[in-house]
Amino acid sequence: MSESSSLKVLIADDTDTDRMILESIVKREGHQVVSVCNGVEAVNAYEQERPDIVLMDALMPILDGFGAARQIKALAGEELVPIIFLTSLNDTESLVKCLDAGGDDFLSKPYNRVILQAKIKAFSRMREMNITMQEQRDQIALHNSQLLKEQAVAKHVFDNIAHTGCLGASNVNYLLSPLAVFNGDIIVAAMRPSGNMLVLLGDFTGHGLPAAIGAMPLASIFYGMVQKGFSMIDILREINQKLKQILPIGVFCCATIVDMDFSGRQIKVWNGGLPDCYIYRKDSGQVDAVSSTHLPLGVLDDKEFRDDYQTFPMNHGDRFYMWSDGIIESRGPEGGMYGEDRLKAVFEGNQLPAEVFDEVLKDVQAYIGTDERDDDISMIELEMVPADSLEAQEQEFTKHNSTAGLIEWSLDLELKPSTCKIFDPLPLLLNILVEVPGLRRYSGELYTIMAELYSNTLEHGLLQLDSAWKSTAEGFTRYYTEREERLSKLQDGGISFQLSHQTSANGGRLIIVVQDTGQGFSRDENVDLDTQMFEHSGRGIPLVKSLCETLRYSNNGSRVEAVFSWQQ
Amino acid sequence: MGDVVDTETLEMLKEVMEDDFPLLLQTFIDDALTRIPQLREQLDANNADELRRNAHSLKGSSGNVGAAGMTEICSRLESLANQSQLQEAGDIINAIEAEFGRVRSALNALL
Repeated sequence: MSESSSLKVLIADDTDTDRMILESIVKREGHQVVSVCNGVEAVNAYEQERPDIVLMDALMPILDGFGAARQIKALAGEELVPIIFLTSLNDTESLVKCLDAGGDDFLSKPYNRVILQAKIKAFSRMREMNITMQEQRDQIALHNSQLLKEQAVAKHVFDNIAHTGCLGASNVNYLLSPLAVFNGDIIVAAMRPSGNMLVLLGDFTGHGLPAAIGAMPLASIFYGMVQKGFSMIDILREINQKLKQILPIGVFCCATIVDMDFSGRQIKVWNGGLPDCYIYRKDSGQVDAVSSTHLPLGVLDDKEFRDDYQTFPMNHGDRFYMWSDGIIESRGPEGGMYGEDRLKAVFEGNQLPAEVFDEVLKDVQAYIGTDERDDDISMIELEMVPADSLEAQEQEFTKHNSTAGLIEWSLDLELKPSTCKIFDPLPLLLNILVEVPGLRRYSGELYTIMAELYSNTLEHGLLQLDSAWKSTAEGFTRYYTEREERLSKLQDGGISFQLSHQTSANGGRLIIVVQDTGQGFSRDENVDLDTQMFEHSGRGIPLVKSLCETLRYSNNGSRVEAVFSWQQ
Repeated sequence: MGDVVDTETLEMLKEVMEDDFPLLLQTFIDDALTRIPQLREQLDANNADELRRNAHSLKGSSGNVGAAGMTEICSRLESLANQSQLQEAGDIINAIEAEFGRVRSALNALL
């Protein structure tokens, strides 16, 4: 189509005076005219000239206007070519015949200039709109096919992310919506080097790809940090900070993160914006709800973010449940929501705790009233079990090249007071240790050793805290108050680590030396340092000793050397 | 000439056609001079369909130049031809010819 103001108008009329008058009117409006005398000429002129509008006399020799209109409409396809019939016929039957032939309007003789001009303008606008609409329709179709392709890629990546970790562990039961990439639900789970299990259920606001985008950094931070031994709080803060940084305003992640401590038989829960989680007690049948006490992840910046969590004891057989709002907000046939009361009733009516997970799903499905599984439901069940009952988890972390890595090496690291106050060196050191290909699978043991040696050196060596205080409740509080205070006042001294690793025929030897610049902990020269350390540390040092080939304290207790031997 | 051709219609036509106004009037006259003998031939050949179409065209062009009387008579012929009632057609064609004579004189005065 040419300039919107100047159109090409085809005039088909066998009466010379009619044609002359129409030509004159149309030309005066600044349009270009193509003039013909019958229907056949009109069809030919349409094909050659592709006019924007056709003015067509109804009665013409050779081929009349009706026949010509039909052929032109067929040639135009989905392009809109307005055909205005010129007619002195004004009976209903004739007008209907014009419309049936594809006519868009009529102009009756004798011609009125003003009306013809108005009609040409109106159809010109309609034609422009039609062209715009078709362009946009084509664009939408193109974008839609692109979107589907992108979603397929995103779903592939997302599925890989969401199904790694230790979700296959025997104490975990979960359901993640098959449309998770599109409804923004994510579940990540991994074993920490300490043997605790860390699980996060997240529900991003919105739907579609924007909701899925945040899942990528969340999962990568989660898995990256868990295996390096970072605490639940460190991981939570890092995820929050990252999401806050990358997500647009209004997109955030309602999430619950839990740290299941199997040896301590307790669970730490941080709930930011998800529905109440339940702890289902095996013996009493009681349900404890854990409500959200925080804003979702990605809302507050790190300074304002609150990381306080709740800790609950859990006996073996107690189960923890968390879910996204998909269950509670499931719609019934009447449009009502499933709601928390129905959920609670399922737990109250439950006989066998192992079956409550399936009972919840069945009840929700019955409420929705369809056979199909609702696509919007994500939920997890975590059972507290004895630590040793969890088989060694095949954790699907990012695959590391199994042969390349550190072989023989040593490392000295000295922490000055300013660092001791704020920095936990364990994740950093552990991260280096697992760069030794063979040591990766000992990360749990190494974490235990490093954590115990470091906390003893810090608390008893550098800070001179007396572990005897910990034997009473008041002393326990005093111990930790003092720890905080002494740490904050720390001016001199420091802690140094010396790590060295040698390979042996079938494995290797890692020597860990942790040293403080304090006075050591020894009060009695005559008593063996190891024995004194045992008294200080409770069950910690005996455990470390059992894991190591040798463990020796020296320099008045301010230096400890552990030798860890490993086999392929 | 008021009752033969409508002055108002011609004034509007003049405005629309500008310099082509005389050409339009001449075209009308030439067209009618061709068509009126054709009407007779079509009647003689008893070709109602051709007659109807021709009367329709002449009705249109006489309407264009504001020849209301001639338009009216053409319309009658068209309608009769449409019903294939050609008994009175000869008289009506005569009437058309007579009216055209008056229209032509009126228009010639303007040329």
